[in-house]
Amino acid sequence: MKFSDYYAALGVERGASQEEIKKAYRRLAQKYHPDVSKEPEAEARFKEIAEAYQTLKDPVKRAAYDELGKRPQGEEFRPPPDWTRQHAGGDGQFSFEDMDFADLFSRFGARRGGGGPFGGEAGGMPGQDFEIPVEISLEDAFRGTTLELQLQMPEYDESGRLRRVPRTVKARVAPGAVDGQRLRLPGKGGKGFSGGRDGDLYLDITLKPHALYRATGHDLYVDLPLATWEAALGASVEVPTLAGSVNLKVPAGTASGRKLRLSGRGLPKPRGGAGDLFAVAQIVVPAQLTERERELYESLRQVSDANPRGRFAERA
Amino acid sequence: MSHETEVLWLDEQRVVSLEELMQVSGLTRTELLELVHCGALPVREERGASYYFAAQTISAARTACRLRDELELDVTGLGVALRLLERVRGLEEEIARLRALLPHA
Repeated sequence: MKFSDYYAALGVERGASQEEIKKAYRRLAQKYHPDVSKEPEAEARFKEIAEAYQTLKDPVKRAAYDELGKRPQGEEFRPPPDWTRQHAGGDGQFSFEDMDFADLFSRFGARRGGGGPFGGEAGGMPGQDFEIPVEISLEDAFRGTTLELQLQMPEYDESGRLRRVPRTVKARVAPGAVDGQRLRLPGKGGKGFSGGRDGDLYLDITLKPHALYRATGHDLYVDLPLATWEAALGASVEVPTLAGSVNLKVPAGTASGRKLRLSGRGLPKPRGGAGDLFAVAQIVVPAQLTERERELYESLRQVSDANPRGRFAERA
Repeated sequence: MSHETEVLWLDEQRVVSLEELMQVSGLTRTELLELVHCGALPVREERGASYYFAAQTISAARTACRLRDELELDVTGLGVALRLLERVRGLEEEIARLRALLPHA
C-alpha cells in the first residue's frame, strides 16, 4: 500500500491541536466538497481530506498513525507486524494485498467493537452506498445500453476485516437517459454486515459531447448550414437524426439562427414520447466566389432593396 | 457471473414514500420533515398524514445527508444549501440550453 501523509492533506503541522485540525478540515471541506465545489479534481481532493480527518480527529487513531512515523507521500509501505498486532487486530501476519491505507485505519472499528466493523449492532449495519459517474454516448442514450461496470468494492469478511473485492455489475439503461440523470441499483453497493441490508449503487449519467448534436434534456440541437439562396427561396434539405436522415422543408426567408423543429426526433422519454430535434439555421457564405457567382451577387446588389440594418436608424 | 440488475430511474414520475426516503438518504424523519417544511424538499403528494416524493428527491436528500455528515451543517444550513444548489442546477440547465443554440465551434 502507499503511505498517505494526512497532515499534509490537511495542511497542518504534525503537532497541530485537535481544534486546528478541525478548522483545517472545515476550511478545505467547504472548498472541495464535491456537492458544492467547482474546483478541478474536487472529488479526489475531498476524499483525501476526509480520509485524513477521519483518522486525525480521533485521538486513538491519530496516535496509531503517528507511530508509523513521517514518510514521503505515496511511498510504498507495509505496517510493521508489531504495529498491526497492536492496532489492527489479528496476529499481525495477514495480507495487505487487497487493502489500501484508508482501509487500514477503518479496521479500528473492528478492534473496538469486538468482532465487527460496526460494533455488532443489533440487526447489523447496512452496506455502504456508492455513487459513480458514468459517461455514455448520445447513441447509447437514444437506443439504450447495457453498462458493464468493473468495481472494486470494500467488503468486510466474517471476521470483520475489510478487503477490496472486484465486482462486475451489469445494468440495463433503457432508452431516454439525459445528462444529469441519476439511476439507482438497489443492493449493488457495499455488502451489509452482520445481517444488515446491502448498500445501493447510484450512477450519475453524463452524455459525451457529440460531433453533431447538442443535447439539453430530451431535446437535441443540430446546426443546419444553408446556402444563401436556400435561406432566401426555401428548400427541402436532408437532416441527419439519430434514427436516420429525414427531409426538412426550410421556409423561404429563413434567417440565420432560426430554429426549425422536427417534432419527436430528439431523445426518447423513458415513459413514452420523445423530445424534439431543433435544426438551427446557419447561413453559409462561400469563402471564395467564382466569376459567375460574383456577377450574380453584384446583380442582386443592384436590384435588391433589402436593408438588413434598417432597425439601427429606428433605434439609435 | 453477473446478471443484469434492476435499474430505478430517479426522475419525476416514480414516487417514493417518506420511509423509503429515510432509508436510502440516511436522514432522519425529523430532518426530512424540517426540510419539507422549509421548502427545500418538494412533496409530490400528501395522502392523509403521509408524504410522497418524486424519486429525484432521493438525490437531493442524499446530498443533504452528505453535507450534514461531511460539512457538519445543521438542518437550517441544509435547507439553505439545498435551495442554492437547486438554483445553481436550474441556472446550469439554462446555460446548457442557451449554449445548445450556439453553432458548433
